[in-house]
Amino acid sequence: MRIGVFVCQCGTNIAATVDTEKAAAAGSLRDVHHAETIQYTCSDPGQRAIIDAIREKELTRVVIAACSPRMHETTFRRAVTRAGLNPFMMDMVNIREHCSWVHSDVDTATGKAIDLTSMGVARVRKQASLFSSKVPVTNRVLVIGGGVAGIQAALDIADAGLPVTMVERGPSIGGNMARLDKTFPTLDCSSCILTPRMVEANQHEQIDLMVNSEVDTVRGHVGNFEVDIRKKATCVIEEKCTGCMICQEKCPSRAPDEFNAGVGESKAISVPFPQAVPLVANLRKEHCRQFIRGKCGVCKKVCKSGAIDYEQEDEVTTERFGAIVVATGYEPYDWREAYPDYGGGQYPDVITSLQYERLLSASGPTGGHVRRPSDGEEPRQVVFISCVGSRDESVGRPFCCSVGCMYIAKQAILTKEHIPESQSYVFYIDIRAGGKGYEEFTRRAQKEYGAVYLRGRVGKIYPSKGKLMVMGTDTLSGEQVEIEADLVVLAAGFAAAEGAGELARKLNISYDQYEFLSESHPKLRPVETNTGGIFLAGACQGPKDIPGSVAQASAAAAKAIGLLSKGELETSPMVAAVNQTRCTGCFKCRDVCPYNAIEAVEARDGHQTARVVDSLCHGCGVCNVACPPAVISLKGYTDNQLIAETLELLR
Amino acid sequence: MKLIGFLCNWCSYAGADMAGTSRIQQPGDLHIVRMPCTGRINPLLILKAFQEGADGVLVSGCHPGDCHYNDGNYYARRRLELLARMLPAFGIASERFQYTWVSASEGARWAQVVDDFTERVRSLQ
Repeated sequence: MRIGVFVCQCGTNIAATVDTEKAAAAGSLRDVHHAETIQYTCSDPGQRAIIDAIREKELTRVVIAACSPRMHETTFRRAVTRAGLNPFMMDMVNIREHCSWVHSDVDTATGKAIDLTSMGVARVRKQASLFSSKVPVTNRVLVIGGGVAGIQAALDIADAGLPVTMVERGPSIGGNMARLDKTFPTLDCSSCILTPRMVEANQHEQIDLMVNSEVDTVRGHVGNFEVDIRKKATCVIEEKCTGCMICQEKCPSRAPDEFNAGVGESKAISVPFPQAVPLVANLRKEHCRQFIRGKCGVCKKVCKSGAIDYEQEDEVTTERFGAIVVATGYEPYDWREAYPDYGGGQYPDVITSLQYERLLSASGPTGGHVRRPSDGEEPRQVVFISCVGSRDESVGRPFCCSVGCMYIAKQAILTKEHIPESQSYVFYIDIRAGGKGYEEFTRRAQKEYGAVYLRGRVGKIYPSKGKLMVMGTDTLSGEQVEIEADLVVLAAGFAAAEGAGELARKLNISYDQYEFLSESHPKLRPVETNTGGIFLAGACQGPKDIPGSVAQASAAAAKAIGLLSKGELETSPMVAAVNQTRCTGCFKCRDVCPYNAIEAVEARDGHQTARVVDSLCHGCGVCNVACPPAVISLKGYTDNQLIAETLELLR
Repeated sequence: MKLIGFLCNWCSYAGADMAGTSRIQQPGDLHIVRMPCTGRINPLLILKAFQEGADGVLVSGCHPGDCHYNDGNYYARRRLELLARMLPAFGIASERFQYTWVSASEGARWAQVVDDFTERVRSLQ
């Protein structure tokens, strides 16, 4: 074994407090055949000096005492590779951040640098060459959720030439954006910009669209997931239905209108909304007379294409994917229980912003004429209350929904446009308008459209003579405010989509206490999850506006495309490995592994032993400690290396 | 005095780097060994260090809930708490061992931890 020691002076960063010559003299250790100091090891001449020394002195291992390995480990691994060594035959010792920069006394710093360098030598002596393996990947991506984020991700991936399966649990794609009337701050018509994308996703030859479908189980790992997808029975044969809506017209059973957020009514069999993609009816058994009373059959009789099948059952298909994009979105926070002072849902004219959005929309239940739900009258005084179920510690929702201020401004503007005689009042905490053109937009609502902004919370809403009395405080003037409103619109906060936590557990990705899915790093890995090959897009990760969701969806798509572009995956070699001949098959390792990276294999004598799936293992080493017979070892951090390093210091 | 610090790569090692970048002066007795995660730290390794003459052992990782590997530090906490309680039975003063949590942004806190720990062990000498 021939070890080389290189001590960096880092200009004077190290050399000012560490006598680097003395530290290099730690090179008198066993197996060290070369030691030198270099002014800047990371520079081009510095790296060349290392490479030359490796070649001339036939060094087989290298210790570089310099800055933090978090800074330059990759640099030096590449350098030794160029000299023909295995990249893991290099070990870095941190004598800058952990030594020269934090000690002013030369003797202390030099002594410590010598200790650290010898520890590095002891450690590299026990290092083995490591090789990353390659695994082939499945060239297909699963997109879960068909909102604007899911559509964007699916289109980006499909346009790159990769086949996509998009799974949507509702009867149509489009998500919450399809429910919106206009979008801030440009007042673009929401469906005019979204519907073409929905159609494109449906017609794209690389996209397989599955509505009324959910992910049942997920097996496998990055590059090769195996997913069971359940297509729920809707009693309508999708291929036969033409979307003519005659069944909906003739259906005698009323049902709540889910697309219109509960404003208005629908039928038990219905096309979710006129622009739905795919344009197919679906039957909700819980409201259908055929299923409740056992006889009706009207829709079957009137359907000319024979698309109705009451006997239809759930179908489960299994598909393989290389990557998964999760875009399950959000739903408005259900405010009713937490806010009894706002009527708790008892007053029909206290509605959520999403419901108001449907009243504003030309395709909504009122045909775009704003009518209040109780008596169909046109409201004159409209009160908007921001932060209902967001920024409110008292109901356990401390976070900001990030879009409320903006859509309130938008709805105040649209109210004035629909009803010029109307007056809007907005109760707010702070106006958060941090996007491009956002601040100007909120000012427009006030200046051009005359919306009155009142800083403060509303304490109580109560009905009085066919109107709603809204009592609040204007904290700027310090006065009590009472407004006689015809309609009250609550800006309900964001909640994770129902079942987001359950899906996260199926995917083995983490989520926070509100069931928003967690990204791998808040700054530098915002679309990755802690499970390789699974990416996040849109509001499932946290409250977001449309541009934010679309941008994140494109980012997630780029990550998925990048992952699959090479056709195979290189796995990190610093993973755990089991000595199978000595494994007792207790599977304590499997119990502690955060990544499900341990699988059972049958040994020749029939007993089960553990094996590490390299592509899943992240190299944390928790299993290494948990193993009772100590036969799992984390490569690059083996017990032998750690003991050698420790004992060297105490020698 | 020979003190050993086992630090996780993602939080505390980076926190110690941060203390260095901010030039926060510390006593020079502690020698840091880099680990992928506190969950990788075998209590036996700590006992081995004491057996071979370490004056003190410090373990530091990500704050509970912030583990880079989801929950490695929870395993560490269980293992190390047990070890801390057992050490006096082996005749090792409990002051010689400490486990704590320092994040990547807590450079100043890291320097304080090193100060306090070094002082604590020194007072035993």
